[in-house]
Amino acid sequence: MAAVICEVVYRGIFQKNLAARIVRGIVLSARKSGRWGIAFGRYGDSPQRNGIPAKDFAIVADTKEELEQNMARYEPKHVDVTIVVDDTLAKGVESWAWYGLQPINRLTVPNGTVLMTSVQRVDDLLRDIHKKDAPYKLSLIRAKASFSGLWVYKEDHTEVRILGALAKIAPSFLTLDGVCEAIREMEWGSDLKIESAKKAYARLETREVKITEGNAEVPYSFEMPKWWEMREGVTIPAIPVGKPKEDGKGYVPERNPYFKKYTTRSMRPVINFDTCVKCTLCWIQCPDSCFDVMPDGTYDANMEACCGCGVCEAVCPVEQCITMVNESVFEDNASQWEMWRKDKGAYQTWMTQKIGDKKATVRSHGFRFRGQYEEELKSDLDSGGVEITAGIPGENAQHKTA
Amino acid sequence: MAVATKATPAATDDKELLISGSEAVAEALVLADLDVVTAYPIRPYDTVMQAIAKKIANGELVAEYIVAEGEHSQFEIVKHASTVGARVFCGSSGVGWMYAMECLVVTPPLRVPMVALVGNRALDDPGAFGVEHNDALVVRDVGWLLCWIDTSQEALDTTLIAYRVAEDRRVFLPLAISADGAFLTHSQALTMVPPKEKVDRFLPRYDRGDLLLHPDNPITVAPQANEDWVIEIRRQNNEAMKRAYTVIEEAYADFRRVFGRGPENPWFEEYMTDDAEIILVGMGTISLPIKVAIREMRAKGKKVGLVRLRWFRPFPTDRLVAALSKARALGIIDRDYSFGSPFGSGVVANEIRAALYNAERRPPLLSFICGLGGREVTLEDVYKATDMCYGAAKSGKSDATTHWLGVRE
Ligand code: SF4
Ligand code: SF4
Repeated sequence: MAAVICEVVYRGIFQKNLAARIVRGIVLSARKSGRWGIAFGRYGDSPQRNGIPAKDFAIVADTKEELEQNMARYEPKHVDVTIVVDDTLAKGVESWAWYGLQPINRLTVPNGTVLMTSVQRVDDLLRDIHKKDAPYKLSLIRAKASFSGLWVYKEDHTEVRILGALAKIAPSFLTLDGVCEAIREMEWGSDLKIESAKKAYARLETREVKITEGNAEVPYSFEMPKWWEMREGVTIPAIPVGKPKEDGKGYVPERNPYFKKYTTRSMRPVINFDTCVKCTLCWIQCPDSCFDVMPDGTYDANMEACCGCGVCEAVCPVEQCITMVNESVFEDNASQWEMWRKDKGAYQTWMTQKIGDKKATVRSHGFRFRGQYEEELKSDLDSGGVEITAGIPGENAQHKTA
Repeated sequence: MAVATKATPAATDDKELLISGSEAVAEALVLADLDVVTAYPIRPYDTVMQAIAKKIANGELVAEYIVAEGEHSQFEIVKHASTVGARVFCGSSGVGWMYAMECLVVTPPLRVPMVALVGNRALDDPGAFGVEHNDALVVRDVGWLLCWIDTSQEALDTTLIAYRVAEDRRVFLPLAISADGAFLTHSQALTMVPPKEKVDRFLPRYDRGDLLLHPDNPITVAPQANEDWVIEIRRQNNEAMKRAYTVIEEAYADFRRVFGRGPENPWFEEYMTDDAEIILVGMGTISLPIKVAIREMRAKGKKVGLVRLRWFRPFPTDRLVAALSKARALGIIDRDYSFGSPFGSGVVANEIRAALYNAERRPPLLSFICGLGGREVTLEDVYKATDMCYGAAKSGKSDATTHWLGVRE
């Protein structure tokens, strides 16, 4: 290996500062280890929107010449390490520039590494991560996703843990000493953070993933048209109007088949059709027009179109009629209304279980109460992970706080 | 000897009117049954908007006349009107044209066949009204069709031809007709105005086809694209510009067939070039003093000719090279500048140098800048340029500089 190429896949805005710190940290750590490097973001991913998957890159090489081979690109064609700082991205990513759902490990080279922060079990993650036609390694830092925002930065040591882990994955480019020295000199560095990096180095869990393992879903793909096959005048066909759901009743709009957006989601709405008063508010207010009108006048959130913003939960006037639940507890994008129609009792059981899971129904974006940082940090440092116990959900907050 | 300005006998059904270049454009717009026109005043283009307003007020033309709050909106409005199938017209001058720049650059990739009149005017500063060609020339690289006219008759004829070319499905590009401020926009000459039936035989309806923005043809126009798409879109634009060569030739041939007048060579006018030792080249009304000077010089035995370039985009490379490479020396007179360009030459001189690069015979070429800001181009200026060209013909060498004529020094 003469060069190591890393991508950081993150959620736009929420993890923008985190990703920028990681790629800068990689290059500065490599420099302390006598290597050269560059850090950059995928230009097309800016300006970023809430939750949209985006990428930053860091490339480190033995020589400046080797580095130049990898420069002046929007994104590398392959990477040695795919760093994922939100495990709900394990299902694949879809930003406006990536053409449909792309496996999270798509750019990872054979025998490369997917490095993820997660408190999930490996087997659970592998139900989401797509199969790959070459073996690779899955390395886990036991921590939950670190979310904050554009203006605040959550000092939960995620960035130094990633750097410590990389020292284990690519020791010839980032030595642990180099990482520690770089952290010490960085404007945000501290001795405590150096300790965190060392712990991440020591505790990193790595396991080989075989070509037989993973989600068998075939990702979306298409041929890029030749210039003379493309429509002229920078025009594309519009999305046609929709149809009634069935028997002339209800309404299902046509949606863009090339851009489904659901990987943007870190939470999804779960709907109680029995208590819905058919007020239309969710249908009208959803910024992504996700709701399909059902023949009975209730509204089903289309899970291929929903980006998980939570507006529907906020506007629904009925208590616990719409509840946002963490994406990691779902297996697929199946219709909730169809499940309810088929077996109302079974749906009630399923729904109660989903919305009753406090870990999955509170949000973890940013800081939600004074002292949360100190509480979480202590717990993270002690155990390498922390229970998700608090957060601010939507309008129904008081009913959901643990 | 090719003389393009010989008197055309009035065809029986044409009316002869004493009108300015701007009024001639307005006559053509009535004949072309224009749908939407936008206006924002700036001299000298404003004469066109006044002439069109008068036509509409008099009931000769039924069209939407929209006064915008600035040039940017002016061009945006017609851009949108064109995508829903309207035949559109607009125009500007000098820094007004510059103010519309964002819209000017998006029309070629969107394949919007708007026709615009640029009343050429010096760019500020200093604020001035006189002619320079730099305003229209700023769009030379981005996919606009560009031509220069020098008489009221040519203004009328070229406006009709402009719609025929721009609105051809093979082309669908915006087209700017450049007219020298004051000399053409404000001076009246006798002009033949054809009857509508003839125009209908020449100019088909604008059919936007599959690119029409209409509820029955739902499309999205101008979505964002990343690096996977842009070069293909540029390639399409390039192809449309290349196809314009054929479409322009066809349009002029058809124009001659229907109207019984118009040049055989659409691209440039050749004045006394058949036996010319020295050929001068220029665009627009600069041709008038040059022609007078040529007649004077010929009386004294100097074989001088003029090529007046009509079409600048697409650039008539092959025909121009064929016409110019037979001379002993060339003198290119630019009414524009391109500071810091090769040899400090104007835009036309540099284009012609480039065009001649592959020619088997490359005559020595001298580059002149003259008449900026509306400064009169005198016979003395032309004599001086010609004498220098004879010097170059004798030495067989181009000089690596550009000569400014008519500057106080
Ligand atoms: S969370 Fe609700 S409002 Fe937001 S996109 Fe999904 S369905 Fe629409
Ligand atoms: S907002 Fe709530 S109550 Fe109103 S239609 Fe939607 S789900 Fe039903």
